[in-house]
Amino acid sequence: MSRLTSVAGSTRAIRATHKTLSSPWATAGAIVIAALWTLPTFGLFLSSFRPAEDITTSGWWTFFAHPRVTLDNYAATLTATSGITVPQALINSLTITIPGALIPITVALLAAYALAWIDFPGRHLLFVAIFAMQIVPLQMLLVPLLRLYTGGLTVGGVAIFPGFAANSMSDGFAQVWLTHTMSALPLAIFMLHNSLSAIPTEIMEAARIDGAGHGRILRSIALPLAMPTVASYAIFQFLWVWNDLLVSTIFTTGKNAPVTKILADLAGMYGQQWHLLTAGTFLAIIVPLIVFFALQRFFVRGLLAGSTKG
Amino acid sequence: MKKQWIAGLAVSASAAMILTSCSTTPSSGGSSGQPGDNPETITVYGAPTGDEQAQWEASWAAYAKANGLNIEYTGDLDFSTNISTKIQGNATPDIALFPQPGLMKAAIATGKVQPLDDATAATVKQNFTQDWQSNGTVDGKQYAVPITAAAKGYIWYSPSQFAQWGVTVPKTWDELVKLTATIRSKTNKPVWCAGFGAGDASGWPGTDQIAEYVLSSAGPATYDKWVAGDVKFTDKPIADAFSALGQILLNPDYVNAGFGDVASINSTKFSDVAVPLASGECALTNQATFLEAFFVNTKTAAGTTPTVAPDGDVWAFMMPPVGGKVSVMGGGDFAAAFSDRPAVAKFMNYLASGDHANSLITVPGATFITANQAVDVSKEADPLLADAIKTLKDPNTTFRFGAGDSMPAVVQQAFWKGTIDWINGTDQATALAQVQAAWADV
Repeated sequence: MSRLTSVAGSTRAIRATHKTLSSPWATAGAIVIAALWTLPTFGLFLSSFRPAEDITTSGWWTFFAHPRVTLDNYAATLTATSGITVPQALINSLTITIPGALIPITVALLAAYALAWIDFPGRHLLFVAIFAMQIVPLQMLLVPLLRLYTGGLTVGGVAIFPGFAANSMSDGFAQVWLTHTMSALPLAIFMLHNSLSAIPTEIMEAARIDGAGHGRILRSIALPLAMPTVASYAIFQFLWVWNDLLVSTIFTTGKNAPVTKILADLAGMYGQQWHLLTAGTFLAIIVPLIVFFALQRFFVRGLLAGSTKG
Repeated sequence: MKKQWIAGLAVSASAAMILTSCSTTPSSGGSSGQPGDNPETITVYGAPTGDEQAQWEASWAAYAKANGLNIEYTGDLDFSTNISTKIQGNATPDIALFPQPGLMKAAIATGKVQPLDDATAATVKQNFTQDWQSNGTVDGKQYAVPITAAAKGYIWYSPSQFAQWGVTVPKTWDELVKLTATIRSKTNKPVWCAGFGAGDASGWPGTDQIAEYVLSSAGPATYDKWVAGDVKFTDKPIADAFSALGQILLNPDYVNAGFGDVASINSTKFSDVAVPLASGECALTNQATFLEAFFVNTKTAAGTTPTVAPDGDVWAFMMPPVGGKVSVMGGGDFAAAFSDRPAVAKFMNYLASGDHANSLITVPGATFITANQAVDVSKEADPLLADAIKTLKDPNTTFRFGAGDSMPAVVQQAFWKGTIDWINGTDQATALAQVQAAWADV
C-alpha cells in the first residue's frame, strides 16, 4: 500500500516537473541560454569564411554589413604544414583516439566485472583505492611516466618493463595510448562497476546454474546489459582524447602529432597566422560530431543509467 | 543478437589494438640510436612551429641529405615549460634549441647537457664574439652553439611620410623626441602606436623598451648589474629610463595612434601595431625586426600590401643611442646537445659553422639573422636584415640579451606587470618599488 502511494506521489512529482520545464518562460530561457552558448562558435564559423585581412582587422559581427565570403582559409589550412599537414594530423588523431578509447574501456570492463561479480578478498578496498586514484592530476604523472617509458622499470635487479627506447623522441603511439589508458581507468572502472553491479543477482545465478563461466557471462549477459554505459563512456573518452593537447605534446614526436597540436602550431611563433585556426577548428570538429551523433541515443540513456532505478 | 555482435566486435577490436601496441614496442626500441641504422636519426626539439618550423628544417636539409641523416624536428609552442618536464623525465631529445640563455643555463645545471667537443668549441670560439660565447659557458666549459639572433629596438616608420613631412631619421634620442614633437605639430594627431598585450606575457614589449634605454644610456656594466639584481629598479638609471619613455608613452598627445588613449597600449596586441603603421595612421612604433612578418596581412591607405624597403611603404631604423656607443638588445636561439653520439657532435659543429649561417639567411621567406662572424652578409636579400646582421657582426657593437629574459622568472613577471601598471596610471615610484620587491621572492 505504502509502495503504491509513493509511486503515485512520484508520478505527480514528475508531472509537476514536466509542467514547470515546458512552460513558455522556461522554453524561452532555454532558447536564450542556447543562443548565448552557441554565439562564440557561430562567430568562429562565420570568421572561417572571411578573408584573412578582415579577420585580423574587424570583428565577425561586421560581416553582416560587409559580407565577403571566401574558402581561402580552408584551402590554406588543408595545405599548411607544421612538420605534417592537417589531413595527416587528422589521421594521427584517429590513430591515437580509437585505441585511446577502446583500450581503457576493455580493461575497465574486465576490471569492473571482477570487482562486481567475482568474490575475492579485499575487493571493496581495491575498488575504493582505484576510485581514489582520480584525485591524482594528470600533470603529476608526466615526469614519472616519461621516466618509466624511457628507462623502464627494474625492481630489485629484475627488469619488469624494459622501456620503449633509449630515446622517447623517436617513438610511435604506444606511449600516448598507455598514458590515456592510465588516466582514464579510475573513472571508467567506477562507471562500469556501478552499471554492472546493478544487474539483478538472479540473472547472474541463473546463468551460472546453466553452466556459463565468467567469460560467457561477461559476453552474453553483462556486456549487453551495460552497453548504454559502455557507449556513453566511449563518447566521453573519445572526446577527451580527441581534444587532448597536453599528453600528445609531451609524448608524441612531430610526425605523430594529433590535430589539436598542429592547429596550435599553425598560428606560428608570434600568432601571425591565427586566422587559419578558424577553419582548422571546424575541420577538427567534424569527427567528434560524427561520433556524438552516431552514439547519442546511448549517450542520453547512459547519463540516466542508475538514476531512475526501480 | 545485434547488440551481442557489436559487443563482440568492440572486445576483439580492442584486443587487436592491444596486440598492435605491444608489437610496436620492440620495433621502436630497436630502431633508434643503433649504429648501422640507415639513415641515422637525430631528434631536434625547439619552440618554432608552422612556417618557422619549415624554415628551420630547410636550413639544415642540405646537410642532412649530404650526410645521410634523418633530422627529425619536433616543434612545441610550450617548449619553455615542457623541456624541463622532458629533462626530469629522462626523455631528452638529441639536440634542443633554446630560445633564451636563462632557460638553457638551468638545463646545463641538471648535468644532462653534453659539453661541446673540442672541434665544435673551437668553431664557436672562432665564429662568435665574447658576448655570445659567454651565454653558453658554464664553469669555463662551452655547452651551447649560438645559432640565430633577434635584434630588438627597431623603430618602424614610413619613408614616404617622412619625405612628405620633410623630416629625417634621428641620430640621437633627443632628436627622436624633437622629431615626435615636429610630427605632432604637422599632423595634429597621435604620433606613436604601441601594443604591450601578449596573453600571459603581456608587458614584454614595454620592458624591452625600458631595457633598451637602460643599456643605451647607462652602458653595459650598469645593465649587467641591474640584471644581476645589484642595481635596483628604484635606482636612478632605471627610473630615468621610465621617465624618458614616459615623455612619449604616457603623453596623450603622442599615443596611441590608431587605437585610442594611453591605456589602450595595454589592450593592444603587440603585433597589431603593424596595421596602423601600414595604413599611415601611426607614424612611429618600436618593435623588433620580426614585425616584418606581420605586414603580409596588412594594407596601405591605397589598399596594397606594404613593401618593406628604405624607399618603400614601411622601413625601420635602430633606436638612436642615448649615450655614444651603439648597443643592441635582442634575443637568440642556442643549440645544446643531450647526446654525445658522433653524428650529433658533427651536426653541432655544422650548426656553429658559417655554412649553416649562410644557409639560414638564404632560406626563402625566412627572417633569420645571425651573429655568426663567418656569415656572408651579401647573401641576405632583405636590406633590413642585412643591416641588422652587419650591426651584430660589428665587434664595436655591445650586445645584451633582453633584461627580462635574463632575470629570474618572478622578477621578469613583476617587471611585466609593473610596466602595465605604469601605463595604466600607477605612480612611477610606486610601480618601481613593487617590481623591486619581487627580488625578495627569488
